[in-house]
Amino acid sequence: MPDSRPGPEPANEPEQGADVIPIGTSGRPGRGSGRARPSESARNLAGPRRTPRSKPPASPGPPPADAPVEPVETPVEPSPEPPAATSSTSAADRDPTAGIPAGDWLDAFKQAAMELFDDDWERRLAEFLAFLRRRLEGGYAVDEYGFDQEMTERFFLAALRPIAEKWFRIEVRGVENIPAEGGALIVSNHSGTVPVDGLMTMAVVHDRTGRFLRPLAADLIFRLPAVSSLARRSGATLACSEDAERMLRGGELVGVWPEGFKGIGKPFSERYKLQRFGRGGFVSAALRTGVPIVPLSVVGAEEIYPLVGNLPSLARLLGVPYIPITPLFPWLGPLGLVPLPSKWLVEFGEPIRTDAYDPAEAEDPMLVFNVTDQVRETIQQTLYALLRERGPVFG
Amino acid sequence: MGRVVLVTGVSRDIGRRFARTAAADPSIDRVIGVDVVPPRGDIGGVSFVRADIRNPVISKVIAKEDVDTVVHMSVIATPGSAGGRNTMKELNVIGTMQLLAACQAAPGVRRLVVKSTTTVYGASSRDPAMFTEDMGPKRLPRSGYAKDVNEVEGYVRGFARRRPDVAVVMLRAANVIGPHVVSPITSYFRLPVVPTVLGFDPRLQFLHEDDLLAVLRHAATTEISGTFNVAGDGVLMLSQALRRLERTSVPLPGFAVGRTGSVLRSARLADFSPEQIGFLTFGRGVDTTRMRTDLDFHPRFTTAGAFEDFAASLGVTPRVRGGGVHA
Repeated sequence: MPDSRPGPEPANEPEQGADVIPIGTSGRPGRGSGRARPSESARNLAGPRRTPRSKPPASPGPPPADAPVEPVETPVEPSPEPPAATSSTSAADRDPTAGIPAGDWLDAFKQAAMELFDDDWERRLAEFLAFLRRRLEGGYAVDEYGFDQEMTERFFLAALRPIAEKWFRIEVRGVENIPAEGGALIVSNHSGTVPVDGLMTMAVVHDRTGRFLRPLAADLIFRLPAVSSLARRSGATLACSEDAERMLRGGELVGVWPEGFKGIGKPFSERYKLQRFGRGGFVSAALRTGVPIVPLSVVGAEEIYPLVGNLPSLARLLGVPYIPITPLFPWLGPLGLVPLPSKWLVEFGEPIRTDAYDPAEAEDPMLVFNVTDQVRETIQQTLYALLRERGPVFG
Repeated sequence: MGRVVLVTGVSRDIGRRFARTAAADPSIDRVIGVDVVPPRGDIGGVSFVRADIRNPVISKVIAKEDVDTVVHMSVIATPGSAGGRNTMKELNVIGTMQLLAACQAAPGVRRLVVKSTTTVYGASSRDPAMFTEDMGPKRLPRSGYAKDVNEVEGYVRGFARRRPDVAVVMLRAANVIGPHVVSPITSYFRLPVVPTVLGFDPRLQFLHEDDLLAVLRHAATTEISGTFNVAGDGVLMLSQALRRLERTSVPLPGFAVGRTGSVLRSARLADFSPEQIGFLTFGRGVDTTRMRTDLDFHPRFTTAGAFEDFAASLGVTPRVRGGGVHA
């Protein structure tokens, strides 16, 4: 701090026209600006507003004594009359209890807001405060499944996005195969010990299409504290035919992982080998509602937590499908929970249309098995192709 | 020939108010209220008959008064008001059996309206998001109110089979809420500090008390029969409801909520029951499509609107706008 004297104001303090005042005392020590005139923003509060500057001041470094204090972009004419206010600063004004003037607080706040929300900060801040208020007062709306769109969009997916883009570097193909509107069933392979692939699919689908993927989750999810409320909030519902059909009829984009726990809990040695696709319930749901089935192949999720061991007896005791042992978990404790940064390739295949069938044909087990096999075979072949294409696992 | 409506359970507030509104209805000639104890409030044009539905006296009342419509609303939810679980069970199950036996013996009876509840669907982690009328509970309840209601519904279905000429309407009402309702759920929300189950945020649906009265009257006077879910539109999460109520919540593990519940029950502060803890853990949603299309009933209050009205009665000014009451 070279300019350490609590001296008078520089002579060329601009009287008007300057929009931005740096935080606090223009870089000088001492409290209060020592000016009789209210600060710029205090005056702004009374008068008509000016548009805020798009750029905050470059640096808080002390300005040269004869330069304008504010690094403003518009030319500022120096005030013609000498500043009268500076000399009127008395000891009483310097009383620390007077504190920082409200105007300076406002300025500081404005600066912080601009740093945080850039250009459009006023609208963004107002939106954010309204959002906060809605959350605190419970004024938001959820749909009948408990899906909280606002929360999902603002927090849940926003938190997943950097993981998808930076950690797993997900490459997406075939987004055009996801229908832009109406019900559709995305059927995916399942892997990775922990259903991270489901979360990543949700993030990818929303980023690329703007639609929300509504996952069908196992009932274990709804039995676990915290997980259950998070799952409902983010749009999941129970994987049963009633809910699946209801959602598809409602025109939602539904995601299903028919391998279930057999898929995510398979040992690392069996990676990329599809397990049994349940009992084909997802196919009958699609047939009954006449929505297309979009096969989705995810490569990369197998390597995030390589499952090398299992504790079946402890798992049975706790009532969970398996207790995973990976090269890092539980040996490294919480650090072992960090997924390995494998490279992911995600491909949405061509939709399989079901509207040509009669809804009553959902009762035909042979047809259901055939369509199930078709979907499964498509995903398996795409997985092999993607694996050849991917190259090194962590590349 | 006009209608003569017999209403059971008029000593309780909802029953008494329904009997009164029915008596004021021009399409209904007479309303006879039946209960073991006389109602405490004004019953208007209702003629009260002191009779116990648990014994055959009730069939004499039905025959003598030439009753053609029976509205059964004396299935009670809590043992507290009845004086013990045994009495409650007897009132609910034996009472219903006797009443149905009397109805079966009375050739004049044309309509039977039973006020049931969505509690019959139970609450578990395996529940579908929305129950329709033809779904059952995923786990059969083994005790308490839920079991009683299940048995009551079973007897009503049996009666409908034996007397196909009687139009039977079963109304499965969601949790009734409103300024005057005293029920486990309203006493729960009236607690100054509300215990919740840690890590769970159930979906709730409410039916406003005025809408319950309206749907009962509608069911008693139309020609439709069947089982219908009745609830306000939309769902509220428990956390959301508590925020709107400006109540502090204390998340406790499930078993501790049960323990707290029994302490509160013995202190007569709130009536907690096992099925209520399940409800506060997993929540429940019911599909009301059939109520709108078949029964042609449209509740005036949404779930959020009914809750707002209840909150206003607790002195909470509604700050959340939108979607309250249908015009």
